[in-house]
This record gives sequence, C-alpha cells and structure tokens, in this order.
Amino acid sequence: MTLVEEPATQAPEREIGKARRRKEDARLITGRTTWTDNLVLPGMLHLAIVRSPVAHAKITGIDVSAAQQAPGVLAVFTGRDFAEEQGSIPCAWPVTPDMVNPGHPSVAVEEVNHVGEAVAVIVARSKAAAQDAVELVDVDYDLLPPVLDMEEAVGHQPALCHDHVESNESFRFVFDAGEAGTGADTEQAFAEADVVVSRRFVQQRLIPAFMEPRATVVQPQGDNYTMWSSTQVPHILRLMLAMITGTPEHKLRVIAPDVGGGFGGKLQVTPEEVITLLVAKRMGKPVKWTETRSESLMSAHHGRDQIQYIDIASDREGNVKGLRCRILSDMGAYLRLVSPGIPILGAFMYVGIYKFPAYRFDCQGIFTNKTPTDAYRGAGRPEATFAVERIMDELALELGMDPLELRRKNWIKAEEFPFTTAAGLEYDSGDYDAATQQALQLIGFEELREEQRRRRESGDPVQLGIGFSTFTEMCGLAPSRVLGSLAYGAGGWEHASIRMLPTGKVEVVTGSTPHGQGHETAWSQLVADELGVPFEDVEVLHGDTSIASRGLDTYGSRSLVVGGAAVVNAAQKVVAKARTVAAHLLEANPDDLEFSGGSFSVRGTPGTGISIQELALATFAAHNFPEGVEPSLDADATFDPVNFSYPHGTHICATEVDTETGMVKIRKYACVDDVGKIVNPLIVEGQVHGGLAQGIGQALYEEAVYDADGNLTTGTFVDYLVPSAADLPHFDTGNTVHEAPGNPIGAKGVGEAGAIASTPAVVNSVLDAVRHLGVSDIRMPLTPERVWRAIHQGGDGADRATAVTTAQGVDAAATPLAGDETPGGAL
Amino acid sequence: MTAINVRVDGASYSDDVEPRTLLVHYLREQLGKVGTVVGCDTSNCGACTVHLDGEAVKSCTVFAVQADGCEVTTIEGIGTDGRLHPMQKAFHELHGLQCGYCTPGMIMASIDLLRDNPNPSEDEVREGIEGNLCRCTGYQNIVRAVQQAASEMNGSAAAPEALGAQS
Ligand code: FES
Ligand code: FES
Repeated sequence: MTLVEEPATQAPEREIGKARRRKEDARLITGRTTWTDNLVLPGMLHLAIVRSPVAHAKITGIDVSAAQQAPGVLAVFTGRDFAEEQGSIPCAWPVTPDMVNPGHPSVAVEEVNHVGEAVAVIVARSKAAAQDAVELVDVDYDLLPPVLDMEEAVGHQPALCHDHVESNESFRFVFDAGEAGTGADTEQAFAEADVVVSRRFVQQRLIPAFMEPRATVVQPQGDNYTMWSSTQVPHILRLMLAMITGTPEHKLRVIAPDVGGGFGGKLQVTPEEVITLLVAKRMGKPVKWTETRSESLMSAHHGRDQIQYIDIASDREGNVKGLRCRILSDMGAYLRLVSPGIPILGAFMYVGIYKFPAYRFDCQGIFTNKTPTDAYRGAGRPEATFAVERIMDELALELGMDPLELRRKNWIKAEEFPFTTAAGLEYDSGDYDAATQQALQLIGFEELREEQRRRRESGDPVQLGIGFSTFTEMCGLAPSRVLGSLAYGAGGWEHASIRMLPTGKVEVVTGSTPHGQGHETAWSQLVADELGVPFEDVEVLHGDTSIASRGLDTYGSRSLVVGGAAVVNAAQKVVAKARTVAAHLLEANPDDLEFSGGSFSVRGTPGTGISIQELALATFAAHNFPEGVEPSLDADATFDPVNFSYPHGTHICATEVDTETGMVKIRKYACVDDVGKIVNPLIVEGQVHGGLAQGIGQALYEEAVYDADGNLTTGTFVDYLVPSAADLPHFDTGNTVHEAPGNPIGAKGVGEAGAIASTPAVVNSVLDAVRHLGVSDIRMPLTPERVWRAIHQGGDGADRATAVTTAQGVDAAATPLAGDETPGGAL
Repeated sequence: MTAINVRVDGASYSDDVEPRTLLVHYLREQLGKVGTVVGCDTSNCGACTVHLDGEAVKSCTVFAVQADGCEVTTIEGIGTDGRLHPMQKAFHELHGLQCGYCTPGMIMASIDLLRDNPNPSEDEVREGIEGNLCRCTGYQNIVRAVQQAASEMNGSAAAPEALGAQS
C-alpha cells in the first residue's frame, strides 16, 4: 500500500493507521456466532409464506382449510386477516410532492403485483410443517396482463400495473443546472457544441444476494415485543414498525445480531418483518421466519434496473460543454423504504469528476410487475458513474482522442478544490491526477498497450483491451439539511456514547450497525487514540435499540465518516470531563494539565499525573469530587456532517477477449482509491476487494431476468451468477490520501468505491479490445454469447427482438431525445 | 423416524431423525451446532460445508441418516478461540472474512483442499474453493489465507507467490 502523503507527525503507537486484525473474527472463525436463525426460544413457532406464482392478478378467493388441518399447523392468515393492522410498507422518500405511491400491503389483499408477493402465512410448530402446508393453500387468481417493460409502461396506451393509479409513472424528477443556478443553460450548450454523442445504456436489474438469508424472530413479553432481525437498520426499522403497526415505539426493541451481509439489501422494512410481528402479537408466542435462498432472490428487493439516455456535448478540442441525462428507473411493483431516492441520489453524480458547464437530469420512476427495487451497493452512484465513464470513452473515440487525455483535460485539478459542480455539490478535496499516475504504474500500462498493439497487428484471436474509470462519489450520507431539502424522511446524523467503567475499561455505544465492516475494531482504534487507553480495553456495542438508543444505522459508506466522527466527539467530551476531575485531584488548574498517553499531568512535571483509567475509578467512587460535576466518566455525542465526503479514484482494467468464443478474462486489475484518512488499512483493502467483486459481477455475470410472463428465471444461485473465486482476478490496490475536511477523522468512506468504479472500467476495457472489429457497445452483463454476437452480428449483443420492442415502446413526447437515439448503434 | 449414531466434533450422539432431515438441519436444530449455516437451497453456496469422515461435504446435500455411523467435524470441532486451527488463524491474520457468514464453510472446504493439494498455487486455490460463495471479500484475502495456512501446515517458511505480490 503506497501513501502519497504520509500522515502528519504521529507517534508510532497511534492506533489509527494500524492494520489491526479484527476483534469480530474470533466468534466468526470459530462458529460461535449469533445469526438470527440460530435463535431458539421456548415454545417458538415457525412461519412459512405462501407466495404468488403469477406476476399480476386479482385474488378471487383463498381456501386455507386444508392447510389449517395439516399436522403441526396452528394457524393460517391471509391479507384480509391483517387488513386492519398491517399498514403499508413504508416509503420514507417522496422525491417529488406529487409522487404516486400505490401502497404496499405486507400480505396481498385484493391483488398481486409481482411473482413472490406474500398472499398467506402459515404458522406451525416446526419449520418443516409450515413449509409442507404452503402447498395446501389454494389461491384463485384472475390473471391480468403483466407490465414488464419500462418503456412500454410509459408508452402509448400501456397496461396498468396498479389499476387504482392513473399511470405507471410514480414520479418525474428534474434537475436542471441552468434553472438551479449551478450551471449554464443545457439546451444552449448543446446547440452551440461542435460534437454531440448520444448513447442508451441499460443498467440491468441486479440482486444484492447477501449470503445470510433474511431471518426475523419476534418474542412477545406482555405488550412488549423484542424483534431480532437480519437487518442493516434496526433503528429505522423500530421507528417504522411503530408507525405502521401501531405498536408503541417504547414497547418495541429491535436487535440486529451478527448480520451476514447487506449491501443495501437489508436496508429495509420488509413485509416479512411486519408479518412476523403481527403473527407474534396474534399468537402471543415467539415466532421465527427464515427465508430460503429462492425466496430471497425473488422477494428481497433488487437493485439498479435503469435505462439511461445520455448525451454529451463538446468542442472539437475535447472541452466538454454539457451533459444531458434522461433516466427511466424501474421501481418494481411497489415503493419500498428508499426506492425513489436511489436514482435521485445518483442525479448529483452524473457529472463525475468533470467540469461540465451545463447539466440536466430528468428521471422517471416507473412501476412494473416485478420485485421492488431499492438500495444496492452504491445506490444510484454506480449507475451515474457508469454513464459518464462510458460516454467519455465514446466522446474520446468520436474526437480521435486518447480516453485518458480527454479525462485529464476535463477533470477538476488538485488546486481547484473546493469545486462546486454543475450538479450543485461542493467537492472538497482530492487529486485525480496523482491517483491516476499511481494506477498506471500499478498496472504496467505501457507494456499492456504494447501487447495490445502486437495482438491487434497479428490478428490474434485473443485481443487485449484496457479500460479506465475515474470516479468520485458522495459518501457520509448526509447533512440532515440536505436530506431535508430532498424530502427524505429522516436526518443524516449519527450518535455515539462512551462510558468509562470503574475498572478503566471502556464501552463505546454506536448507532451505526455493522454487517461485516469491522466497526468493533475500527471504533476501538479511534477510542484508543483519543483516550490513550489500550485497544483491548475498548468494547464496542451496537445493533440493539435498547443499548444503542439512538442511531441511523449503516449504509452508503456513512459509518466511519459520520458514526466514527460521533465516537471521536464523544471521546473528546470524556477527556474534557476527565480533565476537570484530574485538575481537582491534582489540585491544579485544568488549563495547566497536559493529556498524553492516557494520563493527565501538570505541565512540566511528567510522570506525576493520573491516568484516565484511574480517574474512571475515582469518578465511580466519587469520594473526592469537584463541586457541580456529576460522578461519571461518560459522554454522548451526535455528529451531523456539514457536507458529503468525496472519495475518488482511478481504476484500470485489462481484459483478454477471445473473439472466437466471446469469453472475457480479466488479465489485470489495478485501482488507486483516495478514501481520506485510513483508520485500518486491512479493512479498507478488504472493502475495496469486496466492492470490486460486485462491480465486476455486474459487468460480466449478474442479471435478474424475467420471462414474458413475469417469472424470475434467475431465481436460484444456479442461474443468478454470483462470481466465485475462480471468476475473479487478483487485484492490485493502492491509495492516495487527501483527508476529508468535513469530519474530525478526515475519512471519506470506502464501502462502495470498488462497486462503483469497476463496472465501467471492465466494460470500457472489453470495448477497447474489440472496437476495431466494429463493436461500439455491448449490453451488460458481458456474457460470452453477447460478446460473440456483438463481434459477429453487430449491435450490442443483446437479444435483437427485445431491443426492437424496447425502442418502439419509447414515448416520443415523453422522451425528448427519442429522435437522436439509435440503441446500441454505431456513432 | 430412524435411529442414527453419529460422532460430531468428538462426541457421540444417538438420535431419531426423520428420513428427510438434512444433515445441516440435524446439526443445527437437534445438536445446536449452529456454527454451520445455510446459504442456499441448491447446493451452490458451500456455507454448510462440514467434514464427513474427513472429507468436505455440503451438509445440505446429505441426509442425516446417511451420516449414521460416521464421524462429522464442523467448524466448532476444529478449533476454539484459544486454540485456533492454522486455517482459522490465517483467515484472521489475512482478513479473509468480513461478515463471516461464508467463513465456516470456506474454512472447512479450504482444509479439505489442502489435504488433496498441500501446496496449491493461487489458481488452484481459486478453483478449489469455487463451490463456496463469498459476497464480501472478493476472495483475494481468502486465497492468501489458504496459501499461508498451507505453508504453515507444511512447516515451510516459503511465502507463496500471492503473498509476495501483496505487501
Ligand atoms: S447451504 Fe449447502 S451449499 Fe448452500
Ligand atoms: S465474508 Fe461475508 S459472505 Fe464471505
């Protein structure tokens, strides 16, 4: 790992910057873990859910009698049984004032709107008995035509996804830099440009595919309820459950024990969590629900699924003049917690790291009869980055420029920070050139170009391509006032408390709720440095609303940047209080005390002081205490960021493309990320690797596919291809460090970097390998068949029939760019 | 119900199980061996990998009755916090896990891999653990961990290639 800027003068014993092995690992590597599904409570009942086998239908009758009589079954509930109390699965982000939300019952009552929607619930004494009885529920469906294609859904005379709303459009959100005053007039910029390049990109539907299937257990104790759930967001979940089910918030405790992955997929209030709570209330007994993988792929939310029409305007010299984006974003059948917010978050990122003078973003959220979409690793930002990084390559080709040269010409220079983009964000720090230089070295760029030339000249059946992606993203979600201005339902602060125990050990309580990010380790490092106590003396508590009383949980790489900042602030408050007590005990003026290595001493008399750990006992005993000071050594802090943080980086991918089989093999992958101050390099590197695997998965392997009837044909791990070790290359990673000015740590966030940057790097690389064979685009995922078709049959390699239908489905009036676009066509 | 006798992690159990009970469910639900987990229903993910008479199997593909008379080792039987198996230690040291859900299965599969091939190359490790999915780590640190465990278990100090490229 190479640091361009060494962290400033730090004593070697500092914890921050150390590759600490994780505290969390001990239980995980020995199998002594608390996954939700491990939980067994006396008298516990089990749920199984009857799910719709059809995409769109009226429910005309449900016969549960056979299921009710099955061995071990205690009750069967339908949507009608819950109609009064089930509320609607909440959507906390009405992105426009007139956004249409059709409502989302936990259990369908009159109509089903996607395959996998819950229609009945079996309660039994064992899980096997519950699952057996699923087959015995007889549901009569009156089939309706499914709405499956987004462009048809908003085209002429479409079928309706929900008959009680007037169209399949949920919202239309427009950001125009000219109108917002953050940029020039877009239409004028395009009218005056020498060159305009237009493209249609498809962000295929993906599935987060966390490895631990979702599970929920609810235990009633009188009118109190404890819920364990495999969730990323216990705090948000508790609040929302209270609001929609009428369970008083103070009677509800939510615990997220060890959680096996999330990636946004567990950033939800799910129908199943509501169902489990309602059943536990009805039955007065503990109830468990655990999903199968097939259920998970079908009914936990999906991600991405956008069609992007992108226009870029430039002069002949390659100075970009404007960017225009028209986005269709598939919401699926219903709005979930932040579904509409996903493309809107992306809206601010389409300009990437470039100085576009003009920018316009226009997005329609569209209903279809498919599983709802919501957050998935990067949430809106991967889609935006893909679009701008792909269109930059297309523009470079049009201008006959080197793609990196075009980027360099247009990106924000190190000396230009802070820089306000046409999208209205103030980027605070970075050096795009430094990261790029380092990445070029890491990958051995010159040799690869040389090899590429040789292969091309000799007509080698295996061609080599090199693709770039230079990116930034907005992390540290988010300043509460910004979320307010975007109509999001909550703030973006995070909370922490620090309690020093009488023995000098430290408990840290964080509102941020990890699922593999290593908070227990990183937070211990932060606190060890601030308090001067040993790393081992710190324990981090999280994920239980009765312990971590306030919090906004973990998503969007906000944990360290916001949650960690709250921890640091709380620690500083503890030190300030300890100083008062120390001054009293040392009979000195607080201002005359030095605090170093965990001890207070009177300036000039080192070695005669008192340690903060000794002070913990003194404050507990409180025998000799300053007037007016409360006898405890603890503090709370809440951190609300003033700006987003802006990690950035350059990713370079070299691929070998077998032109005879269409096989793509990643030959080398190098990336240099600037994530600001690095607290734990081991964790940072691991997060980058994980993100790369998911981003490469999107480029080459993963897609949720529906057939013409709306059945998910990729409903198991046999068909939905999560990359395995053999599919992925070795990654060469590096870092530059420009500390974020917006938080006391200087961290920028790292969880999404790999997933955001890698997808366009891979696709640009494959195209670079085969452009000279007449290929200008290939639709993701770049399967061998698609690559082969693109080389040998032209187009984007996607199924021709689908491409034609889709293009005809465009509503010319609703799509201002409709005349310009040739889906997948040549320039 | 069928009576079975199984040794699991060194202890003997005699139980009645339904013929359709999968080994993974027997381990988790009847014996409380919850270190072994379920990740899929198509035998694709490997989260449930245990050793049956010393060989790695996906315990969701084996009926409990098939384990009758056999020796089963789960993640809980190979090492504890104070006495880690070299493979567990390597996963910890090289950050071969994040959420940890795939980890027990990954460790069990990796131990079996080294039994067949005590000194695997990076590519051989990648192919050897192909049947175990991990969504968090991008596999690189898992591969390094398996190679480090290999050199430790062979008593050889030679650093495998992948490690050299990393530091
Ligand atoms: S649970 Fe056994 S392979 Fe997935
Ligand atoms: S560590 Fe999370 S799935 Fe492997």
